[in-house]
Amino acid sequence: MKTFLARWAVLAALVALWELATWRAENPFFPRPSAIAEVIQQRWLSGPPSQLFVSGIQEDVVPSLVRLLSGWAIAAVIGVSLGLALGRSSRLDDYLAPVLHFLRAVPPPALLPVFIVLIGLGSSMQLALIVFGVVWPILLNAADGARAVPATQVDTARVFRVSRAQWLLGVVLPSASPKIFAGLRISLSLSLILMVISEQVGSSDGLGRSLVDAQRDFSLRGMWAVIVLLGVLGYLLNSALLMVERRVLRWHLGSRAQAADTT
Amino acid sequence: MWITAGTGSASGPPDWLHYGSGVLSPAVARGAIGVAAFLAVGEVIGRIGLVARNYLPPTSDVFIALWRLMTTEDFGTDILVTTGNWLLGLATAVAIGVPLGLLLGSVPKLNEVSRLVVEFLRPIPSVALIPLAVLVFGTGTEMRVFVMTFAAVWPILFNTIYGLMEVDPLAKETARSYGSGRLGVVLRVSLPSAAPFVLTGVRLAASIALILEVTAELFGGGGRGIGTVVGVAIFGSGEKDVVLAGALVAGVIGLAANLAMEAGGRRSLVWAHQPGGGR
Repeated sequence: MKTFLARWAVLAALVALWELATWRAENPFFPRPSAIAEVIQQRWLSGPPSQLFVSGIQEDVVPSLVRLLSGWAIAAVIGVSLGLALGRSSRLDDYLAPVLHFLRAVPPPALLPVFIVLIGLGSSMQLALIVFGVVWPILLNAADGARAVPATQVDTARVFRVSRAQWLLGVVLPSASPKIFAGLRISLSLSLILMVISEQVGSSDGLGRSLVDAQRDFSLRGMWAVIVLLGVLGYLLNSALLMVERRVLRWHLGSRAQAADTT
Repeated sequence: MWITAGTGSASGPPDWLHYGSGVLSPAVARGAIGVAAFLAVGEVIGRIGLVARNYLPPTSDVFIALWRLMTTEDFGTDILVTTGNWLLGLATAVAIGVPLGLLLGSVPKLNEVSRLVVEFLRPIPSVALIPLAVLVFGTGTEMRVFVMTFAAVWPILFNTIYGLMEVDPLAKETARSYGSGRLGVVLRVSLPSAAPFVLTGVRLAASIALILEVTAELFGGGGRGIGTVVGVAIFGSGEKDVVLAGALVAGVIGLAANLAMEAGGRRSLVWAHQPGGGR
C-alpha cells in the first residue's frame, strides 16, 4: 500500500514538474499538461453520465482497440501453433529457420505497399500488417519454450503413452507457457506501434488517423492528447495482460517458489 | 533463440549455423532448401498471374531491381545513412538504458517508486511521436535518433534491471568485505554478471531500432536512407519491385546485425557460457 501511494506520488510530482517546466518555457511545441488534459476531456470524456461520461470513442478508440486486439489474437494463434511445431521438430526448424529469421528482420512498414496492393486499403490490410509485425516474438518464444520441455516430462509422457493431443496440450503447452507469455507481452507493445502505423495510411477512423488529422491541422495539443491517450491505453492493456498471466501461470510461480524454498 | 524476452537465456546460435568443418551439415542443407523454396514460391506466384505482376513482382524481378539499385551510387549512400543512424540510435539507447538500469537495479526502492512512471511511458508507441519529433527536430538524424531511442531504451533498461536482480548475493558480499564501495560492487561484480542479460536487451533493442529507423525515414520524409527510397517508390513511382528490394536490404541488415551480436556475445562473454555458470 505504501509503495502504491509512493508510485502515484512520484507520477503526480513529475506531472507537476512537467506543468511548471512548460509554463516557464512557453514553447509552442510543448503545451502544458493541463491543456492536454483539457483536450482529452473535451474529446473523449464529455459524455452524459449514462455513458459513464465517455464520448466520441466510437470513431477512434474503439476501432483502434478492435484492430489491435484481433491482430494480436490472430498472431498469438499462429505464433503459438507454429512455434510449438518448430520447437518439437528440429527437422522442420532446420527447413524454416533461415526464412523466418529473415522475415522477422524485415521492418513491417516497408511491406505496407505490398499489403495495400494485395489486400487493398482497409481493415484486413491493417490486420495483416499487425499480424505480420507482432507474430515473431510469440513464435520464437513458443519454439524456445517447446524445445526446453524437461527430459523427465518427455520420458514420463512416453512411458504413459499419452495421446498426441494430451502430449501437446497437457505437457508441451504448459511447459512453454512462461516463455509464450513473455512473447505475448512484447507483442502487445509492438501491436500498439503497428496499429498506429496501419491507421496512418488509408484509414477513416482510429487513433492513428486522429494523429494524422492533428498533424495536418498543426494542432500540437491534439497530437499530445493522442500520445497521452496511447500511453494510458498501453498501460491498461499491459496491466490486464499481467493479471491474466499471474492467474494462468500461478502453478508455475508456485512451483518456482517451492523449489527455491527447498534449496 | 533471438528474441528471448527478458529471460536473457544465453542459448547458442541456431542449428543452421553449425557448419561442420566445411562439409554441408544436414541442417545447413535443409535451411538452404527452405530458402530456395521460399524464393521459388515468390517467383511462381508472381509469374502465373495469381496476383498481377505489378502487385507482387516475382523474385527475379526483385533481384533485378536490387541489382539496379546497387549499381547506382546513391543507394550505397542510403544504406550507409540508414546503418549509421541506426547504430547512433542504438548507441544512444545503450548510453541511457544501461546506466539507468544499473541505478534502478541497485537501488530497489527507486525502482519500486518509479515503476508507474515507466509503465505509462513505455507503451507509448514511438511512431506516434514521429509527427511531433519532426516539428521539434526536423526530418534529419536528430529526429530519427530520438524516435529510435525512445523505442529501444526499454528492453535494455528492463534486461539490465532484471540481470542485476539475478546477481549472486554471495559475490556481492565478498566484494564488499574486501573493501569495495557501492559503486565498485556495481561496476566490478554486478555489471559483468548481468552482462548476458544486458546483451539480450541490446539485441532486442537493435531490431526495434532498425524498424523505427526505416519507419521514421518513411513517414518523416526528407533526408536519405533505405526507407526514403522505399517511400519514394510507394508514394511516387509505385514500383513494387523497388519496394521489395528495399525491404530485402533492410531485412539482410537486421539479420547480419543479429548474427554479429550473437557471435560477438559468445566470444566476449565466455564466462557466462561455461556449463553451470552464468545464465
